[in-house]
Amino acid sequence: MRLTVAASGQFGRKLRGDWPQSLRIARNKLAGLPGSGATSNSAVLLSLLLAVCLSGPSALRAQTDCLACHADKTMQDAAGHSVGVDADAFHASIHGSLGCTDCHTSIKDYPHPDTPAAVKCAACHADQATGIAGSVHASASAHPCTSCHGDAHAIFPKDDARSAVYPLNIPRTCGSCHASDALAKKYGLQNVYSVYMDSIHGYAVSKEGLLVAANCMSCHGSHHILSHKDPQSPTYKTNIPNTCGTCHGGVEAEYSAGVHGKAVAGGDLNAPVCSDCHTAHSILQPTLADFRMQSTPICGSCHKGRFATYQDTFHSQLGLLGGYVQTARCWDCHGAHGILPASDPASPVNKANLIKTCGRCHADANASFVQYQPHANPRNRRLNPALYFTRFFMNLLLWSVLGFFSLHTLLWFIRAKREQGRNGPTGEAKHD
Amino acid sequence: MTDGTGTVPSEQPEGQPQESGQPQASGKEKYYVRFTLAQRYLHVVLFTSFLGLAATGLPMRFSDNPAARFFAREVGGFGAILFLHKFCAVVLTLAFLYHLKDIATRALVHREKGIFWGPTSMVPNWKDVQDVVGHLRWFVGLGPKPRFERYAYWEKFDYWAVFWGMIVIGFSGYAMWFAPFFARFLPGWALNAVLVIHGEEALLAILFIFSIHFVNTHLRPDSFPMDMVIFTGKETDEEFQKKRALEYQRLAAEGKLEAKVGDKPVYWWVNFARVIGFTAILIGLVLLVLTLIGYFGNA
Repeated sequence: MRLTVAASGQFGRKLRGDWPQSLRIARNKLAGLPGSGATSNSAVLLSLLLAVCLSGPSALRAQTDCLACHADKTMQDAAGHSVGVDADAFHASIHGSLGCTDCHTSIKDYPHPDTPAAVKCAACHADQATGIAGSVHASASAHPCTSCHGDAHAIFPKDDARSAVYPLNIPRTCGSCHASDALAKKYGLQNVYSVYMDSIHGYAVSKEGLLVAANCMSCHGSHHILSHKDPQSPTYKTNIPNTCGTCHGGVEAEYSAGVHGKAVAGGDLNAPVCSDCHTAHSILQPTLADFRMQSTPICGSCHKGRFATYQDTFHSQLGLLGGYVQTARCWDCHGAHGILPASDPASPVNKANLIKTCGRCHADANASFVQYQPHANPRNRRLNPALYFTRFFMNLLLWSVLGFFSLHTLLWFIRAKREQGRNGPTGEAKHD
Repeated sequence: MTDGTGTVPSEQPEGQPQESGQPQASGKEKYYVRFTLAQRYLHVVLFTSFLGLAATGLPMRFSDNPAARFFAREVGGFGAILFLHKFCAVVLTLAFLYHLKDIATRALVHREKGIFWGPTSMVPNWKDVQDVVGHLRWFVGLGPKPRFERYAYWEKFDYWAVFWGMIVIGFSGYAMWFAPFFARFLPGWALNAVLVIHGEEALLAILFIFSIHFVNTHLRPDSFPMDMVIFTGKETDEEFQKKRALEYQRLAAEGKLEAKVGDKPVYWWVNFARVIGFTAILIGLVLLVLTLIGYFGNA
């Protein structure tokens, strides 16, 4: 084996120093090397490249021919690009059984042109090429196949852990471009890499190693990635329930039956889809305090009136103070995905279901208790007259008492000060 | 109706020094008892629990105020806030019940005369109405300064404001604490109303105590910086005559003045009380500012 390496090295040096010579001449020289008991040129090469020559005989010939030079990993072309091939890795890769010229089709003979034609993956991978041609990554110079699939001579199938597009490696692969603030800015995108990695999906992928957890590709697709503004995109608003539903099928079914799902299906783009409440990339575990706090204002961004009256109640006030987020948030009462109008008998806020719904927190809830209005507005005389007048009376009391006594105290203070000034600093004034 | 005023002749211009010449001459340091030890302790329990209730209630009322959130987080979040609020509420409730028991004992067991009516009673009478008018006239220089009995009208107002406030705030507070129980005999909308009532009445109590009561009782020029009688229980002869001339006169006339004489308050106790009192006032003033910020910053 030492001989093989030494001979190979010598051969490489020889070749670089004597570039225009033909491969045949090189072979003849090699055949005359001392210690080589081989009688044919093919046999010499076989012994030299023993470690990598495990493929079928038809491919062997072409690969070994090329690797005779290109197995030197430090080899560079005139422009300084590496043209060396890690033969071990290549043979283990999914393309290991192919001949070099299957991809490098412009090379027929040795010596070959200094700059061979670019490899066309599309020759075999036509579907993927069609997909990417219409995608946001269409520019082949900016996004060659290798930008995602990695080293062209070490491509593995996507279910192989060594693959750059193995589910657990995808965030890192996409992140190699998309974690860059500069790139995000250039294309008017948000840099979502770090928030994704902190999200429930990113955690599942990076920490739990869950192959089924959503990675970039699960939602955005792979080759045919489209802008979320494109109606064909899986991340286009109306397609999002279906995209998330690929994994969250049960939730999608509930959602589709609810008011939001129906509105979106009916073409109402103002109605929320999954990502409006859960966000797209920084999705949190819904029972987390942060999520409970962050999503209530999201509901409120559309349901402004309801949110304002909710904020007047105990339910809202408590949560804002931190450490106590168990108090009812919107979906604790209304449901989360399959929200139904209160008039629907299946709605948790239908009158018939209130004792059960309120009873989830208030164990002793009874018929009178559930008449409590979680969205009462003391400022609205028409809707809540009793409450309106209660507040009116309390305010009247407040301001009349404070008004009278403020004046009383102020006048007293001034008078006492003047008396004090007249009678010296120590005692109160004598009576007039 | 005029019992309260009838007992005392209205001879303010005469001045009191002559009638009370004896104590004035004998003692530079003569002290009279105004409040019992139990009453003074009750006041401490009252203002301590009230400060606690205000400090923990305000963040809940103004929960979107950054200061409120900061305070709540520092204390340990809403759970801790609510626990402290309920704890102070129970303490104040017990103090209130103790006071009711005290009144009942004095009225029914000791048959104390004048607890519900007359010059020493907390119950407002016709003289109080006259005093309000007279005092206001004096403020603007239209008449002589009225002379007061044991409890002046603003002190009675303080008392009844707290009395009424404790019933209203207490009832509405317990109605929220035990909402399902109260819902057995309250209509549904009342559960909404109790929060409004609780919040507004508490706001009134906080604004009133931390501004009006503080100034009227402690910070006005006659008492500045603090009226120590609620802590020591005793006041000097001079103070007594000056602040409650009619009571002084009446006791002197009835020959009961000597029975009220007490020891001079101990030096360290007065200083200790000052620390407690000033701390309470300081906290109160801070809470007053935060309340005003919360109220007007929101609206």
